[in-house]
Amino acid sequence: MLELRHIHKTYEGSPLLTDISFNVDTGETICLLGASGSGKSTLLRMIAGLEEPDSGNILFNGMDLAATPPHLRDFGLVFQDYALFPHLNVNDNVAFGLRMRRLPPAEIRERVAEALELVSLSEFGQRRVTDLSGGEQQRVALARALAIRPRLLMFDEPLGALDKKLKDGLLEELRAILHRTQIPAIYVTHDQEEAFTIADRILILHDGQIVREGTPAEVWAYPQSAYVAGFLGLGKVFEGAVMGQQNGEWQVESGFGIFHVRCNHKHSRGEKVHLLARPFKVQDDANAVSGVVTDVIFQQDRYKVTFDNGLFVYLDAPPKVGEHVTVRVKVECLA
Amino acid sequence: MYLSTRLHGNLSTLPLWLPPLAFLAVFFFFPLSRIFALTFSSEALTAKNLPITTYTLLFTFYQAILSTLLTLLLGLPSAYLFARFDFRGKALLRALTAVPFMLPTVVVAAAFNSLFGSRGLLNAIANYQLPTAASSSFIIHPFLAILLAHVFYNTTIIIRIVGAALSSLDPKLEQTARSLGADSLRVWMNVTLPLIRPSILAASLLVFLFDFTSFGVILLLGGSQFATLEVEIYIQAVKLLNLPLAALLSAVQLLCTLLFSILYSHLITRNSYPLSPRSSVIKPRTLKQKLFVSAIVLLLSTFYFLPLASLPIRSLFRLEANRGQRAEVQYGFTADYYKELFINRRGSVFYVPPIRAAFNSLAYASATVLLSLLLGFPAAFALAKPTRLEKILDPLIMLPLGSSAVMLGLGFIIAYGKWLTSPLLVPFAHTLVALPFVIRTLQPAIASIPQRLRDAASTLGAPPLEVWKSIDLPILRRAALAAATFAFTVSLGEFGATLLISRPEYPTIPVAIERFLSQPGGLNYGQAMAMATLLMLLTTAGILLIEKIRLPHTGDF
Repeated sequence: MLELRHIHKTYEGSPLLTDISFNVDTGETICLLGASGSGKSTLLRMIAGLEEPDSGNILFNGMDLAATPPHLRDFGLVFQDYALFPHLNVNDNVAFGLRMRRLPPAEIRERVAEALELVSLSEFGQRRVTDLSGGEQQRVALARALAIRPRLLMFDEPLGALDKKLKDGLLEELRAILHRTQIPAIYVTHDQEEAFTIADRILILHDGQIVREGTPAEVWAYPQSAYVAGFLGLGKVFEGAVMGQQNGEWQVESGFGIFHVRCNHKHSRGEKVHLLARPFKVQDDANAVSGVVTDVIFQQDRYKVTFDNGLFVYLDAPPKVGEHVTVRVKVECLA
Repeated sequence: MYLSTRLHGNLSTLPLWLPPLAFLAVFFFFPLSRIFALTFSSEALTAKNLPITTYTLLFTFYQAILSTLLTLLLGLPSAYLFARFDFRGKALLRALTAVPFMLPTVVVAAAFNSLFGSRGLLNAIANYQLPTAASSSFIIHPFLAILLAHVFYNTTIIIRIVGAALSSLDPKLEQTARSLGADSLRVWMNVTLPLIRPSILAASLLVFLFDFTSFGVILLLGGSQFATLEVEIYIQAVKLLNLPLAALLSAVQLLCTLLFSILYSHLITRNSYPLSPRSSVIKPRTLKQKLFVSAIVLLLSTFYFLPLASLPIRSLFRLEANRGQRAEVQYGFTADYYKELFINRRGSVFYVPPIRAAFNSLAYASATVLLSLLLGFPAAFALAKPTRLEKILDPLIMLPLGSSAVMLGLGFIIAYGKWLTSPLLVPFAHTLVALPFVIRTLQPAIASIPQRLRDAASTLGAPPLEVWKSIDLPILRRAALAAATFAFTVSLGEFGATLLISRPEYPTIPVAIERFLSQPGGLNYGQAMAMATLLMLLTTAGILLIEKIRLPHTGDF
């Protein structure tokens, strides 16, 4: 459906996005995950037609959109601060896009009611949008975007201004709505929890490029780079030097000890590689980390144990501070 | 979006600035330069003029300092009352204290006259109950009346500024001080007061500035015996035709107000603490609190209600001897003063029915609205997206606010004396006064329309023109209406400049009130009251309209 080909964009002279290409298919929710300033919002604005790429193409069903102005694209965009029209009430906000399409009043009424129903705000039609809570405003913004039955829905950090509990509830609702309507969606966020909850596929943006693409499970299992592993907080990321190869595993020496890891690439002796130590205790791995316990934090079903060397692991039973502990963990090669 | 960013930083907004700048050049800067030219001529700096100037300056300081201190005396407890306590009728009382500030000074002066003057209600009541007493048993000294009138319309400044600081004070600071062993007096002296001191200073300076340039109240309540700089400029320019001295006085005045303004902006930028907007408003609980709240509420409601009520009452109340019967004073309600406004009497103050002044006022106000919107809209659009150019031009366009109305009038006389026979100059002078308000009303409304709203509209299917029609226009319509009402009420109440430049045959309502009050006779006095009541009603209607149509979140002035 939507296809981006080699998009380039500079901002005030320096490159913001370089060679971005990806697809969004029917019924699929894509999540663009990246730190602030990584250019993800700009990417959305370009798809919406509010900005133009310096080069590259944006196609929908094979048709280039370069000549299509934003109001003719039929893409719904939900903004971070909702961008509700303060001079219109809830009904009129939701009806806005339908009025622009000059639909008959009866149909507008019907579709507004339907959209408000979808976001559980049926009773709110006559309210002023400035009187609504943040979560309610967010739902109105969603209803407004849904009412036009867009060919594509885009969300620009839509839950950024809400507290965690509200966020979790809305996220589940949104997931259900997207699933039911089968509208392809692009969801932009810097919050990995949101991304992992909502996305069928995650694209991680860094330095203007897509550094990792895959389903949430794939990305989680194989971060493939030090940046992604660090950004997602998968464990301790550190550097080591390759010593040699043994039975298909590489021996890597680091400040935390010598580890045996599987790598996707061939390495030469002495080469620097990034390793990831996942903080979970395992039975069947040859690798182990150890250190003197400096801190033990209770975390509901486990204890986070920090060592004096900066490593940490999650354990079921708490050791004592000052104790020397060795734990078997999974260590991976990140390149 | 990117069109605007690409245009940023160059002189793209210059065309928008041309109309307002040209207007200011012709009607403000040129007259100002003529005033200064005259000031430094040999006619102005004479041995006779300098002592008058010094004396007038000292008296102006004296009355302004006294007024400010009295205003603080009432304002500080009131600010504390509104910031800390919840009581019935709070919103109403707060609105009541805010009204006089927005009323024209002639109305405030007339209201005080209707209460405390020799023909005022208090004197009438005193005489009625004590028929043997002298006829002037309840007149307060004109100087005291002036001071009280200043307190009357400026207390709201203290309440607003100091109250805002007080209510944004984190209550935890005071609670912490208490837990550290400070009693309530020491909490106040060591924590609360130091934290709100900058706001007290800023508010006082602002009040001082208004008292320093006060004109209508002093002229109408005190007459020429209490000559502040403003009054003296008027007397020298209009009554004694001594333009060089008037120019010298206004140069001194401008210098002073400029100094105070710089001091004020210095104070509010440097001396403010970051305070969290958290308030703890409580119902009075202890006896001490209950006494404090009742006392201040009683004081405020009496002080504010009496003058505002006595003006319309006096305008409907006959209190004079019938023609030819000097001894018998007639009492009773009457509509005569209003009827008289429509009658063209020979030998009266005017040769036309006095109500003509109301029509003149309305015509001038309409012209002012038109002119100030035409000039204000381009400037406000440019200021909504400020670049370097706007940073320079913004204070320039606000400058007429810093110079007094009388001085604007004097500038017109000196620069355009030969055009004074034309009634056209009045709306230009009113526009000078109204323009800063108009721009300050429009600018936040224009700037408050986030680009995102336009983006959202266009992703929802609105073509560019439709975006302007359905987003920009409806939001701006309210701001434009508010700005128009502002210009209208400013023009209706403008007194200082109008008194200097209006033609005798084209009086405005405030000028007519002044003339009625300066004439003898109960009928003239009654008509002044009737006119002032009309003006009060018109202005109040305007204020209410502005409050009603102002968008939420567009901020304060």
